[in-house]
Amino acid sequence: MKNKKQILETAIHGIFLVLGLITVGSVLLITIYLVIAGIPAIREIGLFKFLFNDTWKSTAQPPSFGILPFILTSIYGTAGAIILGVPIGFLTSVYLAKLAPPKMRSVVSSAVSLLAGIPSVVYGLVGMLILVPGIRKLFHIPDGSSLLAAIIVLAIMILPSIINVSITALEAVPKEYEDASLALGATPIETYFRVSFPAAKSGIAAAVVLGVGRAIGEAMAVMMVSGNAPNMPSLFQSVRFLTTAVASEMSYASGLQREALFSIALVLFLFIMLINAALNFFLKRSKEG
Amino acid sequence: MKNQISMKRRSYINIMRILMAVSAALTCALVLFLVIYVLAKGIPNISWKLLTTGPSYLSEQIGILPDILNTVYLIIATLIIVIPLGVGAAVYLTEYAKNQRIVSVIEYAAETLSGIPSIIYGLVGMLFFCQFLNMQTSLIAGSLTLVIMNLPTIMRTTQESLKTVPQSYREGAFGLGAGKWRVIRTVVLPGCIDGVITGCILSVGRILGESAALLFTAGFAHALNGFIEGLGSAGASLTVALYVYAKEQGEFGVAFAIAAILMILTLIINLLAALVGRYFKKRRSI
Repeated sequence: MKNKKQILETAIHGIFLVLGLITVGSVLLITIYLVIAGIPAIREIGLFKFLFNDTWKSTAQPPSFGILPFILTSIYGTAGAIILGVPIGFLTSVYLAKLAPPKMRSVVSSAVSLLAGIPSVVYGLVGMLILVPGIRKLFHIPDGSSLLAAIIVLAIMILPSIINVSITALEAVPKEYEDASLALGATPIETYFRVSFPAAKSGIAAAVVLGVGRAIGEAMAVMMVSGNAPNMPSLFQSVRFLTTAVASEMSYASGLQREALFSIALVLFLFIMLINAALNFFLKRSKEG
Repeated sequence: MKNQISMKRRSYINIMRILMAVSAALTCALVLFLVIYVLAKGIPNISWKLLTTGPSYLSEQIGILPDILNTVYLIIATLIIVIPLGVGAAVYLTEYAKNQRIVSVIEYAAETLSGIPSIIYGLVGMLFFCQFLNMQTSLIAGSLTLVIMNLPTIMRTTQESLKTVPQSYREGAFGLGAGKWRVIRTVVLPGCIDGVITGCILSVGRILGESAALLFTAGFAHALNGFIEGLGSAGASLTVALYVYAKEQGEFGVAFAIAAILMILTLIINLLAALVGRYFKKRRSI
């Protein structure tokens, strides 16, 4: 009897162990699949040519597979979104964490979480019908589908992540720091920006990195507003990101073209892994204070 | 007191105050604008016929019933699979795992998963579920992809609520002679219901909004199917249908109708999440 019970307990322990390891298995699965699928095309094209050639003509004869435009577009687009989104997000988070009266705070916070919940295709749709024509008229260019439109959409989409993580970081600043600053004669606002902000630096860096990750990984909204032509990045031109390069040709690609798309995904994945590592570094440091 | 603050400091304070007010107002205005714009453009396009029929080439009529059903099927199938997996993983981490290294590996993996963009999930889902496991482009392949995406969410919320089950409950049950499994079944699992519910709400929101991961795993079809039949065949979710109608067919009326429906559902989910959170907080503090 006792033995039977022990076997049952061991079996159940084993089952839970397996369930616990599923996340690890999934990460391995994703990594292995991307590497296996991504390497052949890079081998065939040549790593240097693949990464640094600036023409992507996947269906031409002979085809050219250079993803430099996509890499640069992703970097510029993300940088633009960060430049626009981080100041707005950070200032909003200081207001919410330190100044807002409780009622105001709960209203604005629920607005922010709604912003996070809106599907990316809805952002894309609104961008297509408001931003794209708006940019076309404002800057007198033939087509408003551009890097600028994508940057604006991305800046809005990363706001919630930046605001939420920054609030957490600002709230974790020890009360004594702020009290000491106030007691020395600094006003509350000076205290928040000159004492609380430096003290919450790591957490806010984590917020920015999280925003970078969101922006670089976004596909659908960007695909709907950026025009999708494989140009080198320029603010008012149609551009293609790493994510949209994969998404836009996958449905009909075959052969080397298809393999090259997997290689693009692999490059994107490596970017994301770097960003994740940075995020973990900052989160750990902000926890340690 | 005010008079002692120098001009320079006072202008700094005022500038910062204005910047903060502008930023917070801008954020709120953006949300308000998005909600009102989408609802105003979408609701007039929602009709009974749109909601209850499929698209037909004969009458040149677009209906989104198949897409609504596909979304519901995806949500049901994903939750059925992800809940046991996520809860199991959380139970392992809080109740069984003694080796700190395994715990940190699992938690690191979960964090990594939540950072991976959905387009990559879509790609790997396509390679693994659709091609390697030969499921073809189908709702079940889409669901399984969504399972991996939502696993960290369910795991984290369950873990949070498991941490609040008092250690004394477990010790009491052990003291009465219960085995580990029995303790988990009768004491630990009932205590994590709130975490599971919160996780489900968050996951439903995420599944509703997901599109990039479904594009290549679940496909674009608009056929009207039952649940079991539907799982085996390709089908567009509401988001994918929105994308196709807006980007490829230029049917902005239908696209906005779908956007309005998604917006209303998002509002409901957010409200529900807030209410549930408040309810459980209150119950716990008693």
